[in-house]
Amino acid sequence: MDGNNSLLQAKGIYKIFPGVKALTNVDFELKPGEIHCLMGENGAGKSTLIKVLTGVEILDGGDIFLDGKSIRPRSPHDAQGLGISTVYQEVNLCPNLSVAENIFIGREPLRFGRINWKEINNRSRLLLAKMNLNIDVTQALERYSVAVQQMVAIARSLDISAKVLILDEPTSSLDAKEVGQLFDLLRKLKAEGMGIVFITHFIEQVYAISDRITILRNGELVGCYETAALPRVQLIAKMIGKAFEGFEKSYKKGEERDTPDDRNVFLQASGVGHKGSINPFDLTINKGEVLGLVGLLGSGRTEVARTIFGIDTADSGEIVIKGKIVYLNTPVDAIAHGLAYCSENRKTEGIIDALTVRENLVVALQAKLGWRKYINKKEQEKITNKYIKLLDIKTSGPEQLIKNLSGGNQQKVLLARWLLTEPDLLILDEPTRGIDIGAKVEIQRLILSLAAGGMSVVFISSELDESVRCSNRMVVLRDREKIAEISGAEIDEKYIMQTIAGV
Amino acid sequence: MMEKITTLWNKFTSSKLCWPLAALCCVLLFNLFFTKDFFAIEIKDGHFYGVSIDVLNRATPLMVLAIGMTLVIATKGIDISVGSVIAISGAVVASLIGGKMEFVDGVQTFVTLMPMPLAILVALLISTLLGMWNGLLVSKVGIQPIVATLILMVAGRGIAQLITQGQIITIYYKPFQFIGTGFLLGFPFGLFIVAAVFALTLYAVRKTAIGMFIEAIGINAVASKFAGIDVNKYIFSVYAFSGLCAGIAGLIICSNVSSADGNNAGLFIEMDAILAVSIGGNSLDGGRFSIVGSLIGALVIQSITTTIYALGVPPEITLVVKSVVVIIICLLQSATFRKIVFAKKAEKGGMIDEKNAAQL
Repeated sequence: MDGNNSLLQAKGIYKIFPGVKALTNVDFELKPGEIHCLMGENGAGKSTLIKVLTGVEILDGGDIFLDGKSIRPRSPHDAQGLGISTVYQEVNLCPNLSVAENIFIGREPLRFGRINWKEINNRSRLLLAKMNLNIDVTQALERYSVAVQQMVAIARSLDISAKVLILDEPTSSLDAKEVGQLFDLLRKLKAEGMGIVFITHFIEQVYAISDRITILRNGELVGCYETAALPRVQLIAKMIGKAFEGFEKSYKKGEERDTPDDRNVFLQASGVGHKGSINPFDLTINKGEVLGLVGLLGSGRTEVARTIFGIDTADSGEIVIKGKIVYLNTPVDAIAHGLAYCSENRKTEGIIDALTVRENLVVALQAKLGWRKYINKKEQEKITNKYIKLLDIKTSGPEQLIKNLSGGNQQKVLLARWLLTEPDLLILDEPTRGIDIGAKVEIQRLILSLAAGGMSVVFISSELDESVRCSNRMVVLRDREKIAEISGAEIDEKYIMQTIAGV
Repeated sequence: MMEKITTLWNKFTSSKLCWPLAALCCVLLFNLFFTKDFFAIEIKDGHFYGVSIDVLNRATPLMVLAIGMTLVIATKGIDISVGSVIAISGAVVASLIGGKMEFVDGVQTFVTLMPMPLAILVALLISTLLGMWNGLLVSKVGIQPIVATLILMVAGRGIAQLITQGQIITIYYKPFQFIGTGFLLGFPFGLFIVAAVFALTLYAVRKTAIGMFIEAIGINAVASKFAGIDVNKYIFSVYAFSGLCAGIAGLIICSNVSSADGNNAGLFIEMDAILAVSIGGNSLDGGRFSIVGSLIGALVIQSITTTIYALGVPPEITLVVKSVVVIIICLLQSATFRKIVFAKKAEKGGMIDEKNAAQL
């Protein structure tokens, strides 16, 4: 054992939240020049461990050593000073500041007591160029895609010259090419002797990049393994803590799909578009089918959903629902016509963080009913408990604040929020982003069973295999335009990829 | 038994009303020792009199304002125009009732230009319209609340003076004075107005879904919109309601002094209203709100003011004394400040908790 060779070491970590024991006696070790994956289901304690290591949360017990010296970071800033930098799951930057400002915020180089903008912009440009990202660094960050924002966040961490770089779900919003770029970068950093902690739900990526894997389950340590010596099936079995079965089955389930009756149209959009976000498109959604929207990031998948749901009001074309022309100018209109939309941005457009699980769950139904038909608190609790059980939401109870739940469980609450309104059409935008395999499969199964029950589902996902598995029909988008519709036997990953690429 | 008390105590200390109540108790306790006859209540002509009753009575306009302000702040907004709306409301009612005194056969008779209920209705209607104007600017036009209401705050005083033609209108009509100075069942009539506004509002926010919608909007307006809440409608409504509350407060103030002064009625009271909401434990960042807390906040502010007068603090430094007290209260309410000051004790407690938790 080369135990004294460790860069970052945590021993016997405890962290307790009100009502939840997030971490119990967890050990973790990172060596220099290693990429170490942290794995576990939702709520296993991965994010909490990271937060403890980086001083966001103060630990309740245990010790942390950096280079053999005991440290106790009190704030992220503190941890950064020690050489531990983090890029979080959801991008934590200031969207209205420029890219360069975001990279240098809080540590701007000064010249004669004034901020040296020239240097900030130049250094930002060089830094991003190293990551093969050539963008105008003086533009506001919000003008770029989530993927670019993620890269900027990483660039920022790197520039603080970290010894330890922690990446919490960095790839969940990146496409394949960008992931490749990121991995090249990580390998380079690894060669320079940096220790990298990497959290992801993409099993492929774990095996592509990592040297070792530490697995957590229910806030406890399962073990630490050499990646090469741990078969995938075993990895997943250790994560979910039970023998691995029924998984392959659900992977193949999609092949038994049938095309629903064409006369059974629920929604028909013709020439619907929104200037600046999506070119006019035609779209038919049948009852009881899962329609997959695929395409690269920024190809217009989300924009289609936003236009149909009345967030971006369509400025051309018409939408017909159940044979009648409708005007969906706001989400309120869309919901009244039986639509529901789960946004890809869980934190900013989904959860209402300081409200309880109960309130988050009933809010859409209550909004649909109107303020007069108040669902009394007892009824709300009953509904909430029902869905907590039904979707296996891990929370200490209905009165827990939703921000204290893990990402996957928040997602389940949001799903429950919409299921409660009994929609005819459920639009799910990246419902499985940033959540673990177990929950992913659960959500996929749920989607299929909802569709079997007659609900139409529009399913947007960056993971092609997932879309292929679930969808009856698929619509391919490229550069803000609908380019193809695929159904039946044509639904095949390779073929779709070719379509997306335009070969 | 002991355990029960401990859990009750824990429940109380973790409740949002704990600190506002503590602040109020501190101020009252201070008065118990230092202000003569603060709690003495005597009965004159079947009415209760005393300093504490006076505090309640004088706090009525502020309490009504604070109720409206609470809802506005809960949506992450702010309404700094309420002082001006008070002036306008007073000016409207005064000019509609009129400032004439007539004598018939040497006996004073009371005349109104317009029947009093109608005059009150018009004043409240105009106040609500002004609130709607604010709501329109904030919700539809998308102007930031402080800027949107600043417009009316500045322009409102001008409008009020325009209505009164630059004069202070004195109202001699006796029935109108009842609103601000009358007694019902031994208590000042104003308190009944507060009680009515409070009861109606509480019903609206806790027995219908309005309260949850307002909190949701204050916490995350985008997510609320996506969840199907008509965000603009509710934002518009809370400003309209705040205008109505300001109108009511304007009537009380105008009636209390039997005159409408476009320049000074309700001057700077918007700051007191915001402060009352804040002392009541409500975050200016919106979200969760407590109307009871805001009412307690209003009482704290009025108690401080009355105490300062009762102690005979020289008028030129009353504002300084008031601000010092307010700073202390705000510091005590700040969790961060408490952590720093009581850190030693908290750390000890934390260790014990940790041990207990580890044993679980």
